[in-house]
Amino acid sequence: MSNEATLHSQQEVMHGAHDHHDHEHHHEDSFISKYVFSMDHKMIAKQFLITGIVWAIIGAFFSVLFRLQLGFPDATFPWLESILGHWAKGGRITAEAYYALVTMHGTILVFFVLTAGLSGTFSNLLIPLQVGARDMASPFMNCLSYWFFFLASLVMMASLFVQTGPASGGWTMYPPLSALGDASIGSKIGVDLWLTSMALFVVSQLLGGLNYISTLLNMRTKGMAMTKMPLTIWSFFFTAVLGVLSFPVLLSGFILLLMDRHAGTSFYLSDIFIAGKALANEGGSAILYQHLFWFLGHPEVYIIILPAMGMVSEVLAVSSRKPIFGYLAMIGSLFAICILAFLVWAHHMFVTGLNPFLGAFFVLLTLLIAVPSAIKVFNWITTIWKGNINFTPASLFSIGFVSTFISGGLTGIWLGNSSIDIHLHDTMFVIAHFHIVMGVSAFFGMFAGIYHWFPKMYGRFMNQTIGYIHFWVTMIGAYLIFWPMHYEGMAGMPRRYYDVSGWASFKQFGGLNEFITIVVILVFAVQLLFVFNFFYSIFKGRKLTTQNPWNATTLEWTTPIHAGHGNWPGEIPEVYRWAYDYSKDGRDFIPQTEPIGPNESAH
Amino acid sequence: MSGFLAVLVVVLIFIVIFQIAKASEYVSILKGEKKAREQSNRINGFLLIAFLVLGLIGVYWCNDLLKGKILGESASEQGEGVDTLIYVTLAITGVVFVITQIALFWFAFKYQEKEGRKAFYFPHNNKLEVIWTVIPAIALTILVAFGLKHWFQLTSEAPKDAAVVEVTGKQFNWIFRYPGKDGALGRRDIKNIDPSAGNELGLDWNDPLNKDDFMPTELHLVVGKPVKFIIGSRDVIHDVGLPHFRMKMDAVPGIPTTLWFTPKFTTKQMKEKTGNPDFTFEISCDQMCGSGHYSMRGVIVVETQEEYDKWVASQKSTYSLTHADTAAPAAPAGEAKADSTQKAVAANIQ
Repeated sequence: MSNEATLHSQQEVMHGAHDHHDHEHHHEDSFISKYVFSMDHKMIAKQFLITGIVWAIIGAFFSVLFRLQLGFPDATFPWLESILGHWAKGGRITAEAYYALVTMHGTILVFFVLTAGLSGTFSNLLIPLQVGARDMASPFMNCLSYWFFFLASLVMMASLFVQTGPASGGWTMYPPLSALGDASIGSKIGVDLWLTSMALFVVSQLLGGLNYISTLLNMRTKGMAMTKMPLTIWSFFFTAVLGVLSFPVLLSGFILLLMDRHAGTSFYLSDIFIAGKALANEGGSAILYQHLFWFLGHPEVYIIILPAMGMVSEVLAVSSRKPIFGYLAMIGSLFAICILAFLVWAHHMFVTGLNPFLGAFFVLLTLLIAVPSAIKVFNWITTIWKGNINFTPASLFSIGFVSTFISGGLTGIWLGNSSIDIHLHDTMFVIAHFHIVMGVSAFFGMFAGIYHWFPKMYGRFMNQTIGYIHFWVTMIGAYLIFWPMHYEGMAGMPRRYYDVSGWASFKQFGGLNEFITIVVILVFAVQLLFVFNFFYSIFKGRKLTTQNPWNATTLEWTTPIHAGHGNWPGEIPEVYRWAYDYSKDGRDFIPQTEPIGPNESAH
Repeated sequence: MSGFLAVLVVVLIFIVIFQIAKASEYVSILKGEKKAREQSNRINGFLLIAFLVLGLIGVYWCNDLLKGKILGESASEQGEGVDTLIYVTLAITGVVFVITQIALFWFAFKYQEKEGRKAFYFPHNNKLEVIWTVIPAIALTILVAFGLKHWFQLTSEAPKDAAVVEVTGKQFNWIFRYPGKDGALGRRDIKNIDPSAGNELGLDWNDPLNKDDFMPTELHLVVGKPVKFIIGSRDVIHDVGLPHFRMKMDAVPGIPTTLWFTPKFTTKQMKEKTGNPDFTFEISCDQMCGSGHYSMRGVIVVETQEEYDKWVASQKSTYSLTHADTAAPAAPAGEAKADSTQKAVAANIQ
């Protein structure tokens, strides 16, 4: 108890100072309107985050389960039977269950965690706070956006418990496998639920995305020109644009798939003989689905990575006490990535029999993306050069982000070149590539964001020591898991193999697979430690004593520690300068709200 | 019981870590924020540089450990180009990787927060930014040019004299068909498929071109002679993966695809080259196709022309196998009844 007192002794004074704000903005909030159907963007952000965390635990746990099978194909784990029942008869996961786990792992992490949980959380939290708005353009749509996501979550969760199991054709859900119940047990009711859930998810994304765009275009505070916005806001802007333009295409692809499943149409089906009889479907193209899917699917990876880039830019600038290097180049490269994201989808389809001439353009455009990506990397590195870096967990995760973004980005140059892709397509090399660049990197960006803005969300700090343990184990673990995986891919080992022991060409990696599985379990345990730290700190973390704990320039830190609905108790502050005046003219930082002085140097 | 103990141990470790973390928070407050911050910066700065050094050593060591387990020299002439491109790309991306990672971790270590250090206000520099836009652009142009040169070679028309084999995927195995003496594959239709009569591909027995087509369980190819695969699927999407030949092509129902290559070594030569008596050229399915995806294995035997000719001579046409009871040439199509031979064939194909 005395320790608690030491921890919280300083906060009393500050709390007193801010008490009157709470009274000024006191709403008659019931529990339901404050915590459940809240229209406060800050609460909706927390809802997205916590739902995302729950999904992340489930999705990551699935990866532990299927890694057990990959690492120890001959071992049996009786406890698996007690949680999975007949899906793990005798303690060994069946092939059907393995594929269901792989599919759900992908779906959950890509859509529910790294799309909804990442951009949903931070776009909601930061857009109004950093552009100086009281809330989103439409708080009601914002609330709906979360609850559509929640509904999508419920349906997806329900699909885990149906008798024939959830969808199991891979997160890309390629027909005909996903279109025909006879082709796979997971393609029975599982795929219908998957499609329903994803349709709800698309609705949620559109409601959210339109709201983000209209808020940051129309509701910026006085003086907040677009070129004065922090890079976080720019990245959320491009993310929302990508989502709004590409998710509808995905939905159209899903509707056609649903019709092929139930209405007897042949959009994707042709010349199929299955379950002892030839189907009547003729003239469809299974490849059409892939075009529709990847028209979203590729922008999707940028939907995942752009918010992480934005937050990392912000955190690196704040913690190295330097302006982000090349602010305009950073915006330009975000813009270039956003445009190119729509023009490269067919690089996922180099080996589908695509016209090679058409393929050539996709090679060119794909490798072009490396240019803006390279600019961003060099700018981040230059940002920390000659800085004065304070290693908070957030800044460590940001440095980790840059490191993994380089590692995973460079292998993208391999895969984007179609001739190399022929050899590496759909092998473990691809798994290694995208897990590093959009899995690990995006998570690092998300962790950086959580550690950095946790004080804004809850008025408390997360425990730093656990943060450091979390960072180092995750960083080392991520490289140990995915680096050697490239070699499996170089040997041609295909992805999504339940067991490779029957193959003369791939079975030599048994030991390596065991090793990877053990590291996966360790890293998973440390993520649980993070989750514990997160929830514990909400209630028991060290309290914030100042409004602006990181000495940052941006507007969110000008709000009271526990800002009510409406964010600023009085007038919304006016903005006079960009967000990156760190170490300028001998001053540690100059907040955006401070007018330009007469003798100030230009940036 | 042991499971319960394992969980208990994990929970205990959690509690210990948590208590230490909690205690360190109190200590840092008692010691003073400033001192605690200096200490944690020193420790993390050291760890960053240690990670860089150990990481780079690890990269080298990992390569040393695993390079023998990946594929050796390409077993097809076309694959040589792919390998060259991989080496060029590896060199370029490898250099960038080492430089950027060193810069990142070294700067982080060197410019860690220190008493009295002032950060350098450096918001932009057009010259620098132009340099690192142009250099990657040039490097990538080179890679694109090389890449497309190989791409157009790899995807070009097969030479006229190339052998032709049809490879059809189904859940969960590959069906091979050779054109026989007439050198042409006969018509087929998905509606004629009748596994019980040994007609796995739906061959149209009215088409005389089908009479000499044969369907072995392994692919045999002639070393040094180009071969063209005509690829299809009769149910879901599969993918013909040929890692040793650096080739790959999807098998899509309703849309035939092709690939061609020239095998460079016979299976026997590969056994000697790799020192592995069990060496086999395998066809893997590289596109998720259902619960048996991981077991969809095909075998390719590459041999000399003489060995190949002998093998072909020993093959019976599918027509003769499925129409064994009716004297072959005059047989009316589709009247074949299942007999023991057909069952044997069907079982063979399954």
